[in-house]
Amino acid sequence: MEIKQTVLAILQELTGEDLSTHLDDDLFETALLDSMDTVQLLLELQDQLGITVPVSEFDRNAWNTPAKIISQAEALNA
Amino acid sequence: MINLQPYTNPLYFAYLFVAFLPIMIALSHGVRLHRYETVVGLGFIILMFTGTKWHEGVALLVYLVIEWLVVTGYRRYRRAHNHTWVFVVAVLAAIAPLVIVKLTPLFSKSPSLLGFLGISYLTFKAVQMVMELRDGTIKSFTTWQFLRFLIFFPIISSGPIDRFRRFTKDAESVPSRAAYGDMVAKGVHNIFLGFLYKFILGYFFGTVMLPQVGRIALHHHGAFLGLSWALVVYMYVYSMYLFFDFAGYSLFAVGTSYLLGIQTPVNFNKPFASPNIKEFWNRWHMSLSFWFRDFVFMRVTFFMMKHKLVKNRIHLSQIAYLINFLVMGFWHGVTWYYIVYGLFHAGAIILNDSWLRFKKKHRQQLPHNRWTQALAVVITFNVVCFSFLIFSGFLNQLWFGPFR
Repeated sequence: MEIKQTVLAILQELTGEDLSTHLDDDLFETALLDSMDTVQLLLELQDQLGITVPVSEFDRNAWNTPAKIISQAEALNA
Repeated sequence: MINLQPYTNPLYFAYLFVAFLPIMIALSHGVRLHRYETVVGLGFIILMFTGTKWHEGVALLVYLVIEWLVVTGYRRYRRAHNHTWVFVVAVLAAIAPLVIVKLTPLFSKSPSLLGFLGISYLTFKAVQMVMELRDGTIKSFTTWQFLRFLIFFPIISSGPIDRFRRFTKDAESVPSRAAYGDMVAKGVHNIFLGFLYKFILGYFFGTVMLPQVGRIALHHHGAFLGLSWALVVYMYVYSMYLFFDFAGYSLFAVGTSYLLGIQTPVNFNKPFASPNIKEFWNRWHMSLSFWFRDFVFMRVTFFMMKHKLVKNRIHLSQIAYLINFLVMGFWHGVTWYYIVYGLFHAGAIILNDSWLRFKKKHRQQLPHNRWTQALAVVITFNVVCFSFLIFSGFLNQLWFGPFR
């Protein structure tokens, strides 16, 4: 639960929008996220949750919606 | 001695089809003929380097030994250690042969002995493996997997650039019967569309029109900056040629891969319909721009953000764009026009980014309808065509001769 809140907070910081009701929106298709934001997201995950995500691990197709980002973060945290 | 350059004429496809028939029959019955695939692949590669091209074949062999030493050496090191300087040395060693080949024309009239068709594309693959070993997303691989990835023959000469983990997964599995049926249909469709693009449209723009328009434009070399209407026409004709020739080649490469049950990534997605430059790079030579995005842009920004080298986020992205496109320019070749092409696109995408920020802030005041959308596409198209005029090197000839 805590991870979900943190990820949504990071995403809100990056996109300027509350995505808690848009968990399945494609963030790249809607141009809410770009490569710069992505890098910032990876660094925030590291700083706030201690989850290390190397850049190679980041595959756009597996990280393109808030729901997928949350589940990736939860999987990497376990 | 017979020599076959990939996809240069329709007969090549007849040879492909005959050689592929056993592979395709086996795949549709759920079997992959690993040994036979290797023989076919090596056969087509050997036929690229027969006759007067034998020295390029030798260069390829030398190159593969060097890259194998670098990548497996780094893998061995990485098992127990992870120093940044070793990683940097490994990347530099992996790109060293390409750098030598690219720099040789500056110092010598004859091309480097290390050069061969496809060296740039093989280097992308090798460097990518070093970077993924560093990140730990590739941990082990066999020499066989390494070679199969590096010299997969449908894409050896000019891409698209695949990724090791994606490619290896495809090469070591057999698609379901239905999935393979879809792949064959897509593959055949791609190859026929490629015929239209490369052999008809690319030929028309590149071989029929371009030399004539070029001759007329060169007559005006005495005018201010050589400007003439013929030059404007040259810009559009060259852009069409570049697209249809390269997109046609890419369709062949992707289509051929599909017949082998390998889903090589596509390279073009209606690039001239892009509403802005940022989107253009998501649609033009995609496997190259995504490679640069993932292995240059993102890594540069990650490094700079992590070490807080640049505080301002906007400046940081601008620096990263500049580095990204400058490296891309140099990769095309060390001439003023490739480097200016890179700088031009860096400038264009930086401008584009600030416009997008402005647009986001003033969303209420700015009109947005299909006319503004169409205007955006027209502007982007012209900016892109102008960049291709720089890229073509024609301005070099127009401004500095020689004139006949």
